Amino acid sequence: MNRIDERFKTLKEQNKKAFIAYICGGDPSLDDTEKIVYALEDAGCDVIELGIPFSDPLADGPVIQEASVRSITNGFKLDKFFEVVKDIRKNSQLPLVTMVYYSTIFGYGREKFIENCISSGLDGLIVPDLPYEEYDEISYLIENTGLYLIPLISVTSHNRIPMLVEKARGFIYCVSSLGVTGERKSFDNRIYEYITSVKEKTEVPVCIGFGISKKEDVDKFGRYADGVIVGSAIVRKIFEGKGDLEKVKSFIKEIK
Amino acid sequence: MNINKDFGEYGGQFVPETLMNTLKMLEKEYIEYCSTDEFKNDYMYYMRKYVGRPSVLYYAERLTKMCGGAKIYLKREDLNHTGAHKINNAIGQALLARHMGKTKVIAETGAGQHGVATATVAALFDMECEVYMGVEDIERQKLNVFRMELLGAKVIPVSSGTGTLKDATNEAIRTWAARAEDTFYIIGSVVGPHPYPTMVRDFQRIIGDETKKQIMEIEGRLPDKIFACVGGGSNSMGIFYPFIEDKEVELIGVEAAGYGIETGEHAAAFAEGRTGILHGMKTYILQDDDGLIKTAYSISAGLDYPGVGPEHSYLKDIGRVKYTSITDDESIEAFKTLCLYEGIMPAIESSHALAEALKEAPEMSKDEIIVVNLSGRGDKDVHTVAKYLGKEF
Repeated sequence: MNRIDERFKTLKEQNKKAFIAYICGGDPSLDDTEKIVYALEDAGCDVIELGIPFSDPLADGPVIQEASVRSITNGFKLDKFFEVVKDIRKNSQLPLVTMVYYSTIFGYGREKFIENCISSGLDGLIVPDLPYEEYDEISYLIENTGLYLIPLISVTSHNRIPMLVEKARGFIYCVSSLGVTGERKSFDNRIYEYITSVKEKTEVPVCIGFGISKKEDVDKFGRYADGVIVGSAIVRKIFEGKGDLEKVKSFIKEIK
Repeated sequence: MNINKDFGEYGGQFVPETLMNTLKMLEKEYIEYCSTDEFKNDYMYYMRKYVGRPSVLYYAERLTKMCGGAKIYLKREDLNHTGAHKINNAIGQALLARHMGKTKVIAETGAGQHGVATATVAALFDMECEVYMGVEDIERQKLNVFRMELLGAKVIPVSSGTGTLKDATNEAIRTWAARAEDTFYIIGSVVGPHPYPTMVRDFQRIIGDETKKQIMEIEGRLPDKIFACVGGGSNSMGIFYPFIEDKEVELIGVEAAGYGIETGEHAAAFAEGRTGILHGMKTYILQDDDGLIKTAYSISAGLDYPGVGPEHSYLKDIGRVKYTSITDDESIEAFKTLCLYEGIMPAIESSHALAEALKEAPEMSKDEIIVVNLSGRGDKDVHTVAKYLGKEF
């Protein structure tokens, strides 16, 4: 059983919601990434999204853009990233998904990328610039493997929702608002209606991400969805903590 | 009616889900509206009365004599209103935006030519306009920034990444994803997700359509070779497209070789790039082993782009267009030559196409004919050329 399915099954039995944390791989370095994952697991995160930094991250706001620059400047390389994932797998069975731009997958080589995801022990892929119409680019490589392609759904998806949820596995990533990742003060008021309409059409767990940074948001969205995804706020805490992971852990415990 | 989103294996729509319905709506409106007589009449009205088309096809007699080979004709896009071919596309997209009820337009710009063209049409059609521009380019092109502001546009500085055209494009796409409900994104070249490469080509093909008619009137036959520079590739797609089926016409696209391909400091995606993904399209791109986009370099800000339009990638692979490259030094030589021999100051972008033509013309016979697309005028580049020549003001 895929670790994501297993985790959501357990959470459901316990009547709990998933807390998913995003971090930018290699920020500030790949050695730190391994330690951060353990700290996040310790703090009670259910799934970790490991971002792969890209030079031109179209879907990301300033916080993750800057983290990506730090990571790339500090020598992020995909080969090393997969090694780090392998190392993490020796110590942890936490569900791990990677958030990666299709540019990276294609530039590195599709076959090699997917093979490395599977052999290193990743459970899923979130590809923000690979919409449904372009799934063919990689779907043939991941069919019949344990690797899940997590679909993204947006407030603007409307008529596309049934098509997007049809083949979903693991969980569905609902984007909370228009535009890019990053902390927000307020959210589009159509969001609850839209989350409800996604949940009506699927049995797969539905999680909300983009812009969530406060306990009140986590609680509020948790009532509508099966989980929340927090990214930029954690990336910022990691940066501000300058290596002090206790600060990151206490932040997670505080908003979770 | 439907249009293919791919050119062979290139093109596509590699954008966030948030934009997919927006792109589908854009495609639908483009197909339906832009094929109507109403649109065609409006577009042609502005081309004639506002842009000043048709642009002349000028026989460069002294230049021809100097080369001693093929007859050289210049397609004078530099004589258009705002000084380059960019206005053809900006008018087309602004008419579509108006039809779709959008009140705001955004654009990306490198050198500022497309930004100026967009600011111009926004003033013409009474729309709010924001232009995204890298901080590096703002520094290099202060005059164009001020021109845009005079035209009522707001220039938004982009400091992310390398602070150049590719980053300005990222930021424009991000903004569009957040504001697509009332905002139309006017892309300046044959790049981006489908339907932009097709749409921009169709708004620029007027260059090639006119050239064909004009050369038939003057010479009674088609040219042997057509030269055009390629950054994203809109002026070249515009002049090439109507000649694609005329196999006897050789088409030559000229990229920027910067300091030289061997130095790694260039903007020639076909010389060193391989297939990748950038700005929503699959195409030839300058990138590293991990798919990270490399920074392009050229003295010409308009060619300083690490990718190329997807239809060009297709035309390269099928061998219909020959792609070559010209260095900074060669382009400035051609710039100076045109000033001295014809009294025409070309844009540095266009000087790349001219430089290649000047290399090939002497090898051709006197009854052969070549056309160079003079995509823009060089007034904007005087500062850059002065700096290159070591002059200070």
